[in-house]
Amino acid sequence: MIDTMIDIALMAFLAICAIAIIKTHNLFVIIMLFGIFSLHSAALFVVMDAADVAFTEAAVGTGISTVLMLTTLALTKKHREKKPVHRARLPLLVVLITGSALVYGTYDMPSFGDPCSPAQQHIKPRYIENSVAETGAPNVVTAVLASYRGYDTLGEVTVIFTAGIGVMLLIGGRFNGRNNKENR
Amino acid sequence: MIDVFISHYNYWIVILLMMAGFYTVINHGNLIKKIAGLNIFQTSVFLLYISIGYVDNGTTPIVAEGFTRYANPLPHVLILTAIVVGVSTTALGLALVVRIKEAYGTIEEDEIQEQDMIP
Repeated sequence: MIDTMIDIALMAFLAICAIAIIKTHNLFVIIMLFGIFSLHSAALFVVMDAADVAFTEAAVGTGISTVLMLTTLALTKKHREKKPVHRARLPLLVVLITGSALVYGTYDMPSFGDPCSPAQQHIKPRYIENSVAETGAPNVVTAVLASYRGYDTLGEVTVIFTAGIGVMLLIGGRFNGRNNKENR
Repeated sequence: MIDVFISHYNYWIVILLMMAGFYTVINHGNLIKKIAGLNIFQTSVFLLYISIGYVDNGTTPIVAEGFTRYANPLPHVLILTAIVVGVSTTALGLALVVRIKEAYGTIEEDEIQEQDMIP
C-alpha cells in the first residue's frame, strides 16, 4: 500500500516537472528541471524494484545528460528561448488526439503489478530459476546483461563508440584549431 | 473506479509525459529545449517498460533465500541498454546543436530556416 502511495506521489512530481519544462523559457532553468525530472524517475525505478536501472538512470541520465546540456549551453551562450510567435493549435491538436488514442489503448493493458500478466508468466521464470546455476551470478539482471545477452551489450558499446566518433568529428578538432591560431 | 485508477495510473502518467515530450519537440523552436523534450519522451518509455515488469509484493531480481516473487528482469536489462544508448544520442544531438550555432549563429529553428531561404 505504501509503495503505491509513493508511486502515485513520484509520478505526480514527474508530471509537474514535465509541464514546468514546457512552460519555462529560461534554458538554464529547463536543464535544472530536467535534472530533477531524471532524479525523480530514478527514485521511481527503486520503488518499482528496478535497482540496476535506478543506478544507471541516476548516474548516466541525471549526471551525464545534465552536464552535457550545461556544456552545450555554455558553448552556445544563449540563455533564453525565443517565445513562439504562432498559436500552438495544430501541435496541441495532434498531441491530444495521439494521447487520447493511447489512453484508450491502456484499457486493454494488464493492471499495474498484476502477477498473472503475460509479462510475468512467460520466459521470466526460466531466467529466475536457472540463472544462478548457469551463470553463477545471483543478480539476474547482471546474468542476462553480461551472459545471456552479451552480444546486445557488445552492440551497445558499438553504439557508444559510434556516437563518440560522431561528436569528435562534429566539434572535436574545432577548439584545438582555434587554439593553434591563437598560438600563432 | 478507484481500482481502475490505481491499476492504470502509471500508464496514464506515462502517456502524459510522452505527450509533454512530443509537444515540446514539435511546438518549440529552440534546439536545446527540443532535446530536453526528446529526453522526457525517452524517460516515459523507460517508465512504461519498468511498470510492466513490476509485480505486487515482489522484490528486486537478485536471487536470495526467503524470496520467491521477483520483478521481471528482462525489461530492466532492455532499459539499461536503452538509457546508455539514449545518452549517446543526446550527446550527438547536442554536438549538432553546437555545430549549428557555429554555422548559423543561432539555435532557434525559425531563424535558421530564414537564413536557409536567402539564396
